[in-house]
Amino acid sequence: MTDMPLPAKNPRRFRFERHASTILLLASVALYIALIIIMGQTRFLTLENLVAILSRSITLGITAIGQTFAILVASIDLSVASVISASAVVTSVVMNGNPAMMMPAVLAVLALGAVVGLLNGLVITKLEVNPLIATLGMSLIIQGVLSYYYNNFAGNVPVEFQIFAYGTLGIVPFSLIFMFVLAGCAWFVLRFSRFGSDVYSVGGNKDAARLAGIKTDRVVIRAHVICSLCAAIAGIYLASRLRSGAPWIGAEGVYDLESIAVVVIGGTVLAGGRGGIWGTMAGVIIFSLIDSIFNVAGVDAFVKQVLRGIIIVAAVAFYAARSKRPVA
Amino acid sequence: MSAQSLPQATSPTRRLPRINPVYVLVVALILAIIVMNPAFGEPTGYMNFLKRVTALAILSAGALYVIVSGGFDLSVGSIMTLTVIGSSMLASNDPNSTYWIIPLMLGIGAVIGLINGLVVSYLKVPSLIATLGMMITLNGVAFMWSGGAPRGYLPDTFRFFGRYNITDVPIISLLPIAVICLVVFGAILWWGMHRTNFGRMLHAVGDNQQAARLAGVPVERVRISAFVVSALTAVLAGVILGGRAGVSVDIGSGFELQAITAAVIGGAQLLGGRGSVPATIAGALALEAIFTLLNLLGLAQPVRLVVQGLILIGAVAFATYQRKRAGR
Repeated sequence: MTDMPLPAKNPRRFRFERHASTILLLASVALYIALIIIMGQTRFLTLENLVAILSRSITLGITAIGQTFAILVASIDLSVASVISASAVVTSVVMNGNPAMMMPAVLAVLALGAVVGLLNGLVITKLEVNPLIATLGMSLIIQGVLSYYYNNFAGNVPVEFQIFAYGTLGIVPFSLIFMFVLAGCAWFVLRFSRFGSDVYSVGGNKDAARLAGIKTDRVVIRAHVICSLCAAIAGIYLASRLRSGAPWIGAEGVYDLESIAVVVIGGTVLAGGRGGIWGTMAGVIIFSLIDSIFNVAGVDAFVKQVLRGIIIVAAVAFYAARSKRPVA
Repeated sequence: MSAQSLPQATSPTRRLPRINPVYVLVVALILAIIVMNPAFGEPTGYMNFLKRVTALAILSAGALYVIVSGGFDLSVGSIMTLTVIGSSMLASNDPNSTYWIIPLMLGIGAVIGLINGLVVSYLKVPSLIATLGMMITLNGVAFMWSGGAPRGYLPDTFRFFGRYNITDVPIISLLPIAVICLVVFGAILWWGMHRTNFGRMLHAVGDNQQAARLAGVPVERVRISAFVVSALTAVLAGVILGGRAGVSVDIGSGFELQAITAAVIGGAQLLGGRGSVPATIAGALALEAIFTLLNLLGLAQPVRLVVQGLILIGAVAFATYQRKRAGR
């Protein structure tokens, strides 16, 4: 059914946008392997190392899954970095080394994420504030409250909880499995649920969606709740890995911009309505490969930051340059 | 007699003159500060206040050019950092170096603005992403240049603009050079925005890009020029801030959002089409006055972030509400 030829000008035309993320992924894999062979460091070509590369971007991956929802409904979330910081701090402070507090801490953090997402969604839909400004403002508020109470690593995560970050099944860390399971759930929701198809309709054309009887505001709010929940989970993971939370860890990782960048590299359109989770995961893997390429090539930390900024813009340009519509 | 209500409707005393609420806000805030701290009413009090606000005011007025043209410029804070770090590295404590350093920095700023504008106009990267990427890149460049820790300091000739006061002036007794800079650059930016063809084209592009293009406005050139103006004012703001506060690696961070907040308080419309330079400068005064009040109330630094976030969201929501009520 889906292969039915549409009355396009040239149905055989190679659809670049559809395959771009795969091409980029293969290109970065090829670059990585070529670099390793040139440098003569074939010891990096192992399954263990592949897992290690993937495990490096679990925080980014989980955040980007949520960001995909926000961008698909033609919104955006710039508050994820401060949500990550806040939830990491709350996780480690509530647990404070006590294994019995693991469950309450996780629930508290998830509640925090849900409330932030709900507020973001309400401000965007009911007060009609531009999503960039709404989430930037939210980010400032969270960061301000957080650094009012904490200015250093606070609390600590019990050993039992560090299993989330450090435990492995064979050679594969639990957290990596968790990320892919989460991605699978997100894919399932987007592909098969009513909410998933609403997300695409609202992102594609909000007015048409409303006229078709979709409660667009509710869809946008839910997408933002999912986005903030994912960021909160990413914060929990980060607390488990760092064994404690600090108010700057989200901003330090530039998770707001990077999560947007990997979503876009994965082929999700910033204007909303087109894209998907697996593209985002491809984007995450591309980013971790680039990171590994830098490490293998021994690039200086500051140069790495410079190149990273350029790569993010170039990646977005790679998709956007062909678009005809004006951009803000 | 039947038209009795008519003369009343057209009578000149019918309505107060339209005044931007930001001016009322500034006066109220300054009166509040004087009540809490009478020393503020003395020339040293308010002149120091103006001196403190100069960098932000000039920066916001420049950032307004981009906002009116329908974009965002988040790279301005990092341009300020780069200016301060770069100048201190180049100066190497030589007082005669100022004469070529400031023009050189302005040149670098113009190139950065040009790149921002080209990336946004021709590669169609949304300005928020493009300038955020530029921010990451420039912060990396500043770190690279200084090797992580800035060496040396700025010579007095460089710090002249931000620090020096003309004393023994009649009536006001002292006049900081920074305040003269504020008046001069404020006037230039006002003239460019409100008295030239370029300013009118800027408004047209921000209001409706397609319409402006059809009317013969060179849209790309106008948008690129807006980014160049914004980057140049960021360099000027960097020179003044560096002169007042000295060298540190994160001196400009946070200024990009403060500039947007100031413009929004001044009634500028995000995503373009409306904005006033004097009102934006008043917005910067209001923001700094709020920060001063928070200081006087003994509230810690992080509270600033919370207040700024609330103002940002509140001001945009208020503007949307007003526009909706006006039926536009």
